[in-house]
Amino acid sequence: MTIDLKTVKHISKLSRISIDDNKAKKLGKDLNSIFSFIEKLNELDTKNTEPLTSIAETTLKLRKDEIKSENIREDILKNSPDKNKDFFVVPKVVE
Amino acid sequence: MSNITDLKLVELVDKIKKKELSSTEATIAFIERSKKSKKLNAYISENYENAIKKAKIFDQKPDFKKKLPGIPIAVKDLFCTKNIRTTAGSKILENFIPTYESTVTQNILDEGGIVIGKLNCDEFAMGSSNETSYFGNVQNPVSENLVPGGSSGGSSSALAAKLTPATIGTDTGGSIRQPASFTGTVGLKPTYGSCSRYGIVAFASSLDQAGPMTHDVRDCSLMFEIMSTYDTKDSTSVDFKRENYLNNLNENIKGKKIGIPKEYRVDGMPKEIDELWEKGIKIIKENGGQIIEISLPNTNYALPTYYIVAPAEASSNLARYDGVKYGFRSKGENLIDMYEKTRSEGFGDEVKRRIMIGTYVLSSGYYDAYYLKAQKVRRLIKNDFDEAYKKVDAILTPSTPNSAFKIGEKLNDPVSMYLNDIFTVPINLAGLPAISIPAGHDKKGYPLGLQVIGKAFDEQSILNIAFALEKNISFKNNITDWWIK
Amino acid sequence: MSKNNGEYLIIRNDNKYEVIIGLEVHAQVLSESKLFSTSSTKFGSEPNTQVSLVDAAFPGMLPVINEHCIKQAVKTGIGLKAKINKRSIFDRKNYFYADLPQGYQISQYKDPIVGEGSVTLDMPNGEINIGIERLHLEQDAGKSIHDIDPQNTLVDLNRSGVALMEIVSKPDLRSLDEVNAYIKKLRSIMRYLGTCDGNMQEGSLRADVNVSVRKKGDKKLGTRCEIKNVNSIKFMQMAIDFEANRQVDVIEEGGSINQETRLFDTKKNETRSMRSKEDAHDYRYFPDPDLLPLELNDNYIDQIKKDIPELPDEKKKRFIEKFKLSPYEANILVSDIEISKYFEEVSKNSDVKLATNWITGELFALLNEKNIEITESPISSKNLSKLINLIKDGTISGKIAKSVFEIMRDGDKDPTIIVEEKGLKQQSDPKELENLINKVITENPKNVEAYKSGKDKLFGFFVGQVMKNSNGKANPKLVNEILKKKLN
Repeated sequence: MTIDLKTVKHISKLSRISIDDNKAKKLGKDLNSIFSFIEKLNELDTKNTEPLTSIAETTLKLRKDEIKSENIREDILKNSPDKNKDFFVVPKVVE
Repeated sequence: MSNITDLKLVELVDKIKKKELSSTEATIAFIERSKKSKKLNAYISENYENAIKKAKIFDQKPDFKKKLPGIPIAVKDLFCTKNIRTTAGSKILENFIPTYESTVTQNILDEGGIVIGKLNCDEFAMGSSNETSYFGNVQNPVSENLVPGGSSGGSSSALAAKLTPATIGTDTGGSIRQPASFTGTVGLKPTYGSCSRYGIVAFASSLDQAGPMTHDVRDCSLMFEIMSTYDTKDSTSVDFKRENYLNNLNENIKGKKIGIPKEYRVDGMPKEIDELWEKGIKIIKENGGQIIEISLPNTNYALPTYYIVAPAEASSNLARYDGVKYGFRSKGENLIDMYEKTRSEGFGDEVKRRIMIGTYVLSSGYYDAYYLKAQKVRRLIKNDFDEAYKKVDAILTPSTPNSAFKIGEKLNDPVSMYLNDIFTVPINLAGLPAISIPAGHDKKGYPLGLQVIGKAFDEQSILNIAFALEKNISFKNNITDWWIK
Repeated sequence: MSKNNGEYLIIRNDNKYEVIIGLEVHAQVLSESKLFSTSSTKFGSEPNTQVSLVDAAFPGMLPVINEHCIKQAVKTGIGLKAKINKRSIFDRKNYFYADLPQGYQISQYKDPIVGEGSVTLDMPNGEINIGIERLHLEQDAGKSIHDIDPQNTLVDLNRSGVALMEIVSKPDLRSLDEVNAYIKKLRSIMRYLGTCDGNMQEGSLRADVNVSVRKKGDKKLGTRCEIKNVNSIKFMQMAIDFEANRQVDVIEEGGSINQETRLFDTKKNETRSMRSKEDAHDYRYFPDPDLLPLELNDNYIDQIKKDIPELPDEKKKRFIEKFKLSPYEANILVSDIEISKYFEEVSKNSDVKLATNWITGELFALLNEKNIEITESPISSKNLSKLINLIKDGTISGKIAKSVFEIMRDGDKDPTIIVEEKGLKQQSDPKELENLINKVITENPKNVEAYKSGKDKLFGFFVGQVMKNSNGKANPKLVNEILKKKLN
C-alpha cells in the first residue's frame, strides 16, 4: 500500500504538526519505505493470537484515596511560556 | 597514583572509602577532563559548580556507608533532575527545568552520587546514532567522526572517554546496549518493571527501561543494585526480590545452559561478528557451560512490530508537548495554529516522522491492520522466548549486526538506521533483561559487543555470565585522547 | 407538539414523529483525591491550586489509580443492577485541547468496568425500565476560560484528573418527562450509594444528549445528533425539544440528518453544529501502556455488594408494605436519601400516617418557602416526632399542633416545652368539659330549642362555642361525645 500526499497531510493535521508541501512529499517517501518494511507482518497468521497489551508481570496497583499533593501552583506555572499569576495563558480557541 | 579518571567505579568507591581520595578531588578530576573534552559534545548541560559544592559538603561529613560516596556522575538527559535543565535532546524542552527528580536519579543521589551534568542523546531517545539530538552530534571517542551509537550516545561517549566513572541510559529498542557495543563499554537493559520510569521523559511506555552503562560488569552490578527499586509512583514497577548483585557476582557458570538462536545469523553480517560469537560460545563451553541451539522463529518480525508499537505509544506520549505548560512555544493566531507551529518547529524530523507513523497506525481504519496486529505479533515474540527458556538459562547473541558507522552515513535512510537494532529490539518487546559487553574489534579497530539475554528478573545470571565472558575475553579499549589538544 | 397519554410526539403536516433519546451522564465520583493523582477534588478552590505534576502532565509523570474510585464505580454498577466486568482496560483517548494537559484523556473504551444494567422509572402510566449500556471510569479535563481576557484563553487545571463515571443509557427514553425522571432517579441512586453528590450547580452531574426522530410506527432508528455537555435538566429538556423539532423540520423539507456533535446555546435556546473538522473525531484509542488491565475478583465484588445500602426501589416497596403508604407517598419519601432518612427517623417513634402527612405537608411547605434542603431543616426529626406524639396521645389537637409548629420553625424548640410554657395542653377532663358545655347550653336556650326540634346543623355551633370558651384547648373528640349526650 502507498501513503499519498493527502494522507500525509491528514496525519499531520491529526498530529498537530504543520507541514509544507515539500516536507510532506519527503515524509511521504520515508513513510512509504518504512511501511513497506512493516508490511512484513502480514505474512503471519495471528487469527488465534491474543494481543499483548502489557508486558509488566504484575497486576494493577491500587492507591489509597488520600490527598498528598499540596498547592504547588508556582511550580506548575513556572515553566510555562505564557502565564499570569493564576492561569496558563493560550491563544483564543477558534471552533 | 594513576589518573583518577582511569579508575573504574568500584575502584573509585574503594579509594574514597579508604580516604585515599576525596569526593572533591574525584569530582574535580572528572569535571576537568569533561571541560577538555568539549569536542565530543557529550554534554547538553553542565552542573560543574554545583557538583563541586556538593562534593565539598560530602567531604566535610562523609558517609562511607553509602554505595556511591560522593561519586561524580553524569546522566542521560532523559532523566528529570530537580533544578537542572532537562531537554531530552529536544528544542521543545530547551529551557525546561524540572521541579522534581526521577526515581532512578533520586536513588543515585540517595546513595551519595553527585550529578555533574546531563548527557546528550537522540531527541526523545529516538535514534541509533545520536544524530537526531537538537544539541548536535556526539563524537565516539574511539575514532573521529564516528557515531557513539544511540540513543544514549552522550552517555556512551562520556563513559568511554572517562568523563564520568559510570553513567545511566534508557533503552527502548537498544539505546543502552547498541551505544555500549559501539564504544567498547558495558550496558545493561534490565527487565521491564525493574527500574522505575517515574521522572524519565517517556518515549514508548511499554518498552522504556533505564539501565547502567559502565566500564565493566562489576561496576554494572553496583549501579544496577542502586538503580533498581520498587516504586509505587510507577504502576508498571514490579515488586520482586532485588539482590545484592555486586556481592553475588561470580564467574562460575558451570552447568549453565546457554541458548544460541539460529535466527540471529543474518545475511551480510560481517565475518568478525560471527567470529566473535564463536569466541563467546567457546568461552562458555570451556567454563563448563552448556551450549544449546534454540530457535526464536519470529525474530524477523520484531523490528516491524517495534516500528508500530514504539511510534504509536510515542505519538501519544509526546502529545503533551504543546507549548502550554512548559517548553518551547511558537506564536500562533489561535490555539490550533499555535499547536501546529510549536510542534512543527519544536520537534526534529525523526521525532516528527515517528509521531506521524504512530498517529497513522492508531488512526481509524488502520488500528486493526497495524497496531492490533503488532500487539499480537508481540505476543508471538514473547512466546518464542518463553519456549526457549524452558530449555536454557540465558541466550547469547551479538549485540549489533555491525560496528559503529560514520556520522551522516545512514542519516538519509531511516530503514537502514532502524536495522541497527535488529538484535536488541526483540528483548524490549519481550520485556527481558539483556547485557552487552565489549568482546572484540572489527578490522577497522572499532569495538563489537556480545549480548547475554536473561529470564525476567534474573539479572544476576546474566551479570554472572557476562562476568565470566569478560574475564576470559580481557577486552582492551584502545582509545587515544585524540579530541584533547 | 402534543402530549396525548403522556406520549411525546412532534406533528408536522399530519406526520407524527417519535423522539428517541439516549443520555451519556458524566457523574463526578465522590472521592477525596483524583483518579490517577493525589491532589484534592475539592470544589471552588483558587485556580491551579489543586494541580499536581501528574495532573499537569509534566514529563515523566505517571498515573497511579485510586482504589476508592474503582469501588465507587462498582457500587454504582451494582445500584444500576448491572454486570460488573472482572477485567477492564484503561485506554487513551487522544485529542488536543488547551485544558487536556496530557493530550489524551484516560478513559475506558472497549472494556469498561461496568456492563449492561437498568433503571426503573415511575411514570404516571406505570413503571418503565430504561436500559443501561455501560458505565466506565475516566478523567475529567481542566477548564478553559474564555471571558476573562479578551485576547486569550485562560486555563485552570483544578478539575484535570478528577474521576468521572460515564453512564451511557440505551436509546430508551421517549419524552422530556422521562428524561427528567431518569436523571432524578440516577441522581437518587448515586446519592443513596454515596458515589456522587449529584450537585448539578457544581457540575458533578452533566450529560451529553443523543437525539433522533422517526415517524411513529417506524422500526428503524433515525440518524442521531449528540448535544454536548448540558448541565441541568431544564437545559436538557430545552435542548432536546429544540433539536427534535429541528430534525423534524429537516426531514419534512426533504433533507436528511447528518450525524454530528452539536452545542446547546443556553442564551439563544438553540443547538448548533460544532463544525469541528472531521479529523477531530479520530480519537485513536489504545490501551494506556502506563497502566495494566484492572482485574477484580469475586470476593472483592461480593464484599462491596454486602455494603450496598437499601436503594430507593427496595425502600419504596418496604414503605408500601410495612407502613401501608400509597405508592405516591412512598415515591416522594424515597426520592432523596436525606428525605427518606428524615422520614425513618420521625416514624421510628411515632405514628407513620401522621409522620407522612406532616413531612409531605407542613415540613415540605416550610422547606420550599425557605428554599432549603431537608438536611438544613429548622425542625429536627426528633422534635417533629415529639410533636406528632403530642397529637397522637391527645395532649394537643391538630390545630394547636400547627401553631406549635409555627413556633418550632424558629429555633427548633422542643414542642413539649412549648406546650407546657404556653399552656396549650388539651382539656380532656370530662368534669371540666361538662362545666364548659353546661355553661354554653344555659347561655343559649333558643338554640337548644331549635336543635331539639330538628335543626341538626346547630351542633357545630355548640362545639364552636365550647372550643372558643376553652381557648381551643378542649379535646374536640370528648366535647363531641359529651355534647351529644347532653343535647339528646
